[in-house]
Amino acid sequence: MSTVFGVPTQALFGQLLIGLINGSFYAILSLGLAVIFGLLNIINFSHGAQYMMGAFAAYFLLQWAGLGYWWALLIAPLVVGLFGIVLERTMLKRLYQLDHLYGLLLTFGLALIIQGLFRNEYGSSGLPYSLPTQLTGGQNLGFMVLPNYRAWVVVLSLIVCLGTWYVIERTKLGSYLRAATENPALVQAFGINVPRMITLTYGFGVALAALAGVLAAPIYQVNPLMGADLIIVVFAVVVIGGMGSIMGSIVTGFGLGVVEGLTKVFYPEASNTVIFVIMALVLLVKPAGLFGRER
Amino acid sequence: MAVAKESADAPALALNLPETPRHQYLAFAVMVVFFVAAPFFVYPLFLMKALCFALFACAFNLLIGYVGLLSFGHAAFLGSAGYLAAHAAKVWGWPPEMAILTGTATAALLGLIVGALAIRRQGIYFAMITLALAQMIYFFCLQTPFTHGEDGIQAVPRGMLLGILDLRQTMTMYFVVLAIFLAGFLLIYRTIHSPFGQVLKAIRENEPRAVSLGYTADQYKLIAFVLSATLSGLAGATKALVFQLASLTDVHWTMSGEVVLMTLLGGLGTVFGPVVGAVIVVTLENYLAQLGSWVTVVQGFIFVICVLTFRRGIVGELGNILKKPL
Repeated sequence: MSTVFGVPTQALFGQLLIGLINGSFYAILSLGLAVIFGLLNIINFSHGAQYMMGAFAAYFLLQWAGLGYWWALLIAPLVVGLFGIVLERTMLKRLYQLDHLYGLLLTFGLALIIQGLFRNEYGSSGLPYSLPTQLTGGQNLGFMVLPNYRAWVVVLSLIVCLGTWYVIERTKLGSYLRAATENPALVQAFGINVPRMITLTYGFGVALAALAGVLAAPIYQVNPLMGADLIIVVFAVVVIGGMGSIMGSIVTGFGLGVVEGLTKVFYPEASNTVIFVIMALVLLVKPAGLFGRER
Repeated sequence: MAVAKESADAPALALNLPETPRHQYLAFAVMVVFFVAAPFFVYPLFLMKALCFALFACAFNLLIGYVGLLSFGHAAFLGSAGYLAAHAAKVWGWPPEMAILTGTATAALLGLIVGALAIRRQGIYFAMITLALAQMIYFFCLQTPFTHGEDGIQAVPRGMLLGILDLRQTMTMYFVVLAIFLAGFLLIYRTIHSPFGQVLKAIRENEPRAVSLGYTADQYKLIAFVLSATLSGLAGATKALVFQLASLTDVHWTMSGEVVLMTLLGGLGTVFGPVVGAVIVVTLENYLAQLGSWVTVVQGFIFVICVLTFRRGIVGELGNILKKPL
């Protein structure tokens, strides 16, 4: 068996792939956080809980309605996004005039409620969710076997991330969004319905989290606490990347996933903490984040 | 933070007054009498828990209430101080006062490191950075051998304080904890009423202006952060001796959330709020303990209700009604 730096290539590429998968989730989740933060000035602490809800929505659709993975991929983000819209309309919108930190506290409370309720109902051990039949098996690339599903997750995540980037940076709709991020009052004065845009943006960000949840369901099991620790890592990713740039979130997300995967190969003890260490280093060197600017 | 945006209608905090107003002496006396009398009516171990958390919440409130910095990682200081104190008392066989000092010093050092990194960003980023760094400390505690992972450090001896006071006696332990709490409380009170505390408030209200007046805001923030971490550590070290246990619960992010909850419920930026909030939350958990994970749900609801309906917290609202800052 061939080796790289004393590590079997098989293990190296395996961990790289896991890193890319985790990176996909980091990228989608930090993208959602960044989009929400841009317009609402709220850090959505319940993002991890909404990611978990996406996975559960997929599970429910299969159990109750017999709808499989492909339907879940479509319906789960819609349903959870709608749930997000209700939250925004009923609670979050009361906080826009206040300090940003209240939004953090409110969404933290919501995360506790959601995760607590799911845990009461489903315990903290995971529920299995099987791979879609079309994506079982794998490709033998010669140096490793690439499971089809994992390749699909990486590709779809890239498409979703780049699509979001395109919409925000290159379309008319996106230009309204960016303008409203800069100066909502002025955009409102031009006759654009900013409150509705805010609501839809929040719904979209939440839907992205739910989509990540559906993608994660067959890889990690469906677990009420699956988003609880993940969200903290995603926060670190956001601090490293800075929330100013959409592309920055995507690149940072994938990049850090890969770094984490490599750490698992070369120094497994640090794999849990490597992202936090990188965050500390970035704060020392470039406090605004790699792609951020001070606001 | 809280008070900053609402300053128009928020209660004028006591800090604006040159001397301690009489009603604050009164409130302080009521608090002392309550905690002196309480162990004769209520289970002392429960009260000691409440006192440790009250000190923890007061230390946390020093940051959020008077500097406007929301730390979401304070459990790291509580927990690691607990571990070090427990390790010193059990493995090294040190007397309790040295064990508590060791734990507190650990928290101070960690506070210096975390604080120096976190104050490089403001507002929401500050919260995320403290949370992430605390999670790193959590993983460290999970993996390093001396903490004994999931088991924690158990059967920590309480020992003889200064060679005189036998802490194995519950009542002796209780009054020592009460003394530690009151010392911490008064130190915080003194701090926020000192010129140093006035500068902290100035930074909270308008940092660029404070800087333009020649104050090095970062230095003030760092000192406040270290002080807050140190006192959190004092609470954690004491707690480890009280329960003779140091465990992962105290380093986990849920604990950081709990201290935010206590302070928010009692009243951000009030002197007595964190104490009231801590007593309520500890009592609530005591009654809800048999309900398992419903505790989390109830805590979540309290967060939501506090943020949506009474952001001043219980003591803040009371102070508003009485027109006297508490």
